[in-house]
Amino acid sequence: MDFTVIYRNLDFLFLQGLLGIGGFVGGTLRLALPAMLLGFVLGIFVGLARLARSRWLRVPATIYVEFFRGVPLVMVIFWFWFILPVLLRTALPEYGVALMAFVVFEAAYIGEIVRAGIQSVPRGQVEATTSAGLSSPQTMRYVILPQALRNMIPALLTQFIVLFKDTSLASIIGYVDLTKAAQIVNNREIRPFELYLFIAVVYWLCAYGMSRYARHLERRLAPA
Amino acid sequence: MNYQFNWSVLWSGQSGQWLLQGIVTTLEISLLAWLLAVALGILSGALRTVPLAPLRAVATAYVEFFRNVPLLVWMFFWYFAAPPLLPEATREWLFNHGAEFWAGTLALGVYHGARFSEVIRAGIQSIPRTQFEAGISTGLSTAQVYRLIIIPVALRLIIPPATNESLNLLKNSSVALTIGVAELTFQTRQIETYTAKAFEALAGGTVIYLALCVSIAFVMARVERRFAIPGMIARVGSVGQQ
Repeated sequence: MDFTVIYRNLDFLFLQGLLGIGGFVGGTLRLALPAMLLGFVLGIFVGLARLARSRWLRVPATIYVEFFRGVPLVMVIFWFWFILPVLLRTALPEYGVALMAFVVFEAAYIGEIVRAGIQSVPRGQVEATTSAGLSSPQTMRYVILPQALRNMIPALLTQFIVLFKDTSLASIIGYVDLTKAAQIVNNREIRPFELYLFIAVVYWLCAYGMSRYARHLERRLAPA
Repeated sequence: MNYQFNWSVLWSGQSGQWLLQGIVTTLEISLLAWLLAVALGILSGALRTVPLAPLRAVATAYVEFFRNVPLLVWMFFWYFAAPPLLPEATREWLFNHGAEFWAGTLALGVYHGARFSEVIRAGIQSIPRTQFEAGISTGLSTAQVYRLIIIPVALRLIIPPATNESLNLLKNSSVALTIGVAELTFQTRQIETYTAKAFEALAGGTVIYLALCVSIAFVMARVERRFAIPGMIARVGSVGQQ
């Protein structure tokens, strides 16, 4: 056991691996945060389409959700890794590929959270706004979405924890996140036990901290 | 695009053989890990509801520790970090007998055991407390109440979220490719490398995963109907995805 290997490589592991500041375009958070944000934007459209009255919106959205929830994330990452350069006729950096794969994959899961959030708003409110003379887009914008978003917050945070852990899979296409950073250091130092235990603890602290906060929010935001 | 499709790579010759082996390995690792996960899940899920605080704490520590670290990190940990701690002879034996397969099974099973645990705990907690008290007052011990009443009822209530979790396990078995387990995703990559037919290989692998997921979901929906307890509506939530 020689835990000084952690100390000696702390800058690389933290700045490069976790945050993405350094020689490589990388970083766990630099991938997870934009992926969550963009995934949420796309997820709102997917969730709304799942609830749309028109079959032309509902059916494709349902297929989208069921498809991505039935396929392993690793497979989706490989799809983007191999197919995007062919379609775009240009080589893409790992960051672009990983970000797109995560956004598209997460949108399927976030779409379901959005759908559940919208459905959690009592039906009577829609009827009330209709009788108050609001149009259907107005109802969605001023009445349903504000309440639905509030109800979604704990589930979204839980999804972010899942995404945060899943970004480790971007390392299989060479993206330098925390896991890959540990691998790189390990190739040089051959200290697998210390390094993998260390990143497990780092992931754990972040994920557990966020999950405690999510539970706290859930209790605070619970409808009285 | 001047791409020449050649779907026969999926069923003919060496590459067809690889795909078939991939399916078999995926099913093997998933099934073994599933058995481990269910056993760990039932044990720790039940312990998290018992009246004894130290037992609850041990089970909670297991669940919180394992499910908050990425599966990939567990794969690396069990495969690269744990073996050097073993005695020389055991290690040698392991590496001659498919160490990556066993490390992968262990990583998958222990990780998903923590997730199953949450499903089972939710199931147990949805059973009215009075059933437990009724069991105790008829003279059963706590262990007997759990074994004869609480767990059998809970297992019937949690079929939908447990199915969901089992499908997650099947999909997550693909992470084992990172430590060299030749499962389905590994083999589709291998076919891609050797035949340069990326589209066909990936489409083949994707369709197989979808087919496996859909057929398991179909079978489990029938099982759920068969084992539904009349008059008892399950209000057990799923604990999220992945």
